[in-house]
Amino acid sequence: MKRREFIKVSSLLGTSAAVAPPFMLGGCVTNPPPGTGVVSKSPTICDMCFWKCAGEVYKEDGELWKITGNEDDLHSGGRLCTRGTGGPGAYLDRDRLKKPLMRVTVDGRQTFQEVSWDEALHFISEKMQGIAASAGPERLAMLHHGAGGHHFLHLLRAFGSNSHAEPAFAQCRGPRDVGFRLTVGESASSPERTDMANAKCIVLLGSHIGENLHNAQVQTLAEAINKDVTLITVDPRFSVPAGKSKYWLPIKPGTDIALLLAWMNVLISEDLCDTDYLDRYAIGFEQLAEHVREYTPEWVYLETGIRPEVIRETARELAKAAPAAIVHPGRHAVWYGDDTQRSRAIAMLNALLGSWNRKGGFYIPEKVALPEYPIPEYPKPKFSTGDAYPGKWPFASQGVTNGVIDASIGEDAFFKGWLVYGTNLPQSIPAVKDKLRAAANSLDLLVVVETMPSEMTGYADVILPECTYLERYDDLRNSGERHPSLALRMPAFEPKYESKPGWWIAKQLGNRLGLEEYFPWQDYAEKLDWQLQQVGSSLEEMQKIGVKNFPRKYPLYFRDGQRVQFATPSRKIELYSQQLADKGFDPMPVYTPPEPVPSGYYRLNYGRMPAHTFGKTTNNPLLFQLAPENQLWVNPMVANEWSIKNAEYVRLASPSGAISNKIRVRVTERIGPDSVFMAHGFGHKSKRLRLTAGVGADDSELMSNIKIDPIMGSTGMRSNFVTFVKEQA
Amino acid sequence: MTRYAMVIDTKTCIGCGDCVVACKTENKVPEGLNRDWVVEATNGTYPNLTTEFRSERCNHCSNATCVTLCPTGASHHWNDTNIVLVEAEKCTGCKACIAACPYDARLVMHPDGYIDKCTFCHHRVEQGLDPACVSSCPTRCMHFGSLDDPHSKVNQLLKTRQHKVLIPETGNDPNVYYLT
Repeated sequence: MKRREFIKVSSLLGTSAAVAPPFMLGGCVTNPPPGTGVVSKSPTICDMCFWKCAGEVYKEDGELWKITGNEDDLHSGGRLCTRGTGGPGAYLDRDRLKKPLMRVTVDGRQTFQEVSWDEALHFISEKMQGIAASAGPERLAMLHHGAGGHHFLHLLRAFGSNSHAEPAFAQCRGPRDVGFRLTVGESASSPERTDMANAKCIVLLGSHIGENLHNAQVQTLAEAINKDVTLITVDPRFSVPAGKSKYWLPIKPGTDIALLLAWMNVLISEDLCDTDYLDRYAIGFEQLAEHVREYTPEWVYLETGIRPEVIRETARELAKAAPAAIVHPGRHAVWYGDDTQRSRAIAMLNALLGSWNRKGGFYIPEKVALPEYPIPEYPKPKFSTGDAYPGKWPFASQGVTNGVIDASIGEDAFFKGWLVYGTNLPQSIPAVKDKLRAAANSLDLLVVVETMPSEMTGYADVILPECTYLERYDDLRNSGERHPSLALRMPAFEPKYESKPGWWIAKQLGNRLGLEEYFPWQDYAEKLDWQLQQVGSSLEEMQKIGVKNFPRKYPLYFRDGQRVQFATPSRKIELYSQQLADKGFDPMPVYTPPEPVPSGYYRLNYGRMPAHTFGKTTNNPLLFQLAPENQLWVNPMVANEWSIKNAEYVRLASPSGAISNKIRVRVTERIGPDSVFMAHGFGHKSKRLRLTAGVGADDSELMSNIKIDPIMGSTGMRSNFVTFVKEQA
Repeated sequence: MTRYAMVIDTKTCIGCGDCVVACKTENKVPEGLNRDWVVEATNGTYPNLTTEFRSERCNHCSNATCVTLCPTGASHHWNDTNIVLVEAEKCTGCKACIAACPYDARLVMHPDGYIDKCTFCHHRVEQGLDPACVSSCPTRCMHFGSLDDPHSKVNQLLKTRQHKVLIPETGNDPNVYYLT
């Protein structure tokens, strides 16, 4: 259908409906169609996940109506995903944090008490000054997730610390980013720089795009499917994209590196590599050819269960499509502890296909050159985050959250205080509850800034209620994309209850710490306007359009024969990594067989469901209605063996004795008999999350076998096993 | 009668439920009720499998049994189109339409006391917009338009792609098509 400009319609219909119609049998009155009241809209950037789609918030008669995608936005293509569309639920959630809370002891029992902002901020700034005076400001660490964390990083740095970590690194995409940097000198970026809409062949390796709703990823994959891309999905589970694929390779879990090496073996032995690209840009090809010689499809078949002819055929499909071929880097890459090496193998395979920074492979993202608001330089910290765990994980390019937690336990611990923003550590770090309790007992200060009463708030000394993304300004979105673009998040409503925007909280703390010069704005709008003026826009303009796209300054792909300096020590793509060898690691990925599944146990596989961003959204009243609980996928043979019926509730037990909350079984052929699967983010313990508390099971508390990647410190979580505990009727 | 159709491509539908939430916010559907839903149909045994996702709703049948069987005339075809609406003023909540619908596409009861259902977002169609579910779909697997216009996207898709409707044997002449 043809689209038209949005029309404001007066409330004519709304009033006529109130007049009793002449013929009224049922005694009901038809509600006026939506949008017949006074409608207004304002721009936002979605905060339902990290993808940061730009959208438009619609109000009707002053009430929140709906949120839709901004047509000019590359992240969303004008369409929000399920969670983004469910954004009103975040604002309307009755369980939101409403007032600052402080831990107090009443009659010998600890409890939280509502306090004024003044009291809460005074307490925090006194404690922060105490830590700075006794141990140094670097001993205050921040653990964070999400765009709003920027305000508190700014505060932290002005305070004199740069100690911070986000679980998004060591519990998610860290090994991928490090593996790509070690190989091609850059990360796979966020949003991922995959040029899927132009690809002719795509490999998804355990990446279930479509079950995750990383918006532009989903949209470009759908575009590729519409153009008849050859989709190859490698996954032990019949995932949503597996069902859309020409080839589904139901691989034996944990054997992915073997498959990747076999594909390289085929490309090299059948002379299918892009030799011009490799001659120009790569080093180490001879060593690689020698290295992969033993990984023949016949040998790898025994490990992976993928037949040799399928390995050869799919390798040839990739070569035929190259350079418009993508071996997708994935995102959640923390699987078996050799994850940096697996990600390196993926990057190397893309290099053999010549697809890195080529059309239909990967593109070169570009940002807006946006000046920072002029403020004094930050003081130079004496320590960095990595000094808390010296000698460990030499290629960790960001703070390692599990390292920070370990360095926060005990009287002589490195860290003395935490500022936790937007991350629910009890669910985002595997099997961490005892450590969190120990850290909370050791730290002088533990502040949690949140919109919801997550489990993490239960560990805090002080809980600061932030307002939702629909009630605040945050920084301009300036992520690398196909075109440079800026997007604005602005308040559509005044903050509900006594919640406050992050920028306000950070500034108030800054003022109390004598750091006023770092917070020269009265309102964050001033800072955003100044930045926008520097690039030829203004806050006024952005409040109307929400997204501004800028022309590219350099090409989207490598030009033919272009000279390129890669950001690696050799300035080339490093198929052989001398820097890994120098630190005692394998210079090229080596396959290690996974631990076998103990008898009577099943591999615990976990992932996403499209209705939720893990535990962040399970209490959202709109999304809760769509997907109230997670389900445990069980193969029919396994269900039969245990006499488990579809829709029955069971509990799961780990080898170390952890027992899960009860979870509903979904008997399905979409999973093999060696594994079970559940969506992560359920089984909440916080009773203050009234919809989701106690609903479904939490995979992370069943994990006792964590495989730390020695290269960069991430926590591999796919090496865990569970068995059934049947619910008594 | 102007015939509006929805054409949904199962090749790109991922069953994400965005259509369900978009309908709920657009139409302010009361808590606990939905006018559309997603069905997953998996066939075969591991590892030889197929899965089809379908976003389902009222089929806005050209020959709608819910309209013919409604005793009060509350169920009706809107403005000489195939879009089936319920006029709350005339609805007694007798549920004859629920029994008459072969697709089980009607909400049991709106809290205000009438039978509620998908409207194909006729308030948007009037403005030349797609229904909310169609315009929110991230994979763009949903299409909407007039079957009377030979050049419409829905007609083009039905001409060039294999398709089906649900339970065609009812003779209701449904207008939601699935590309296979």
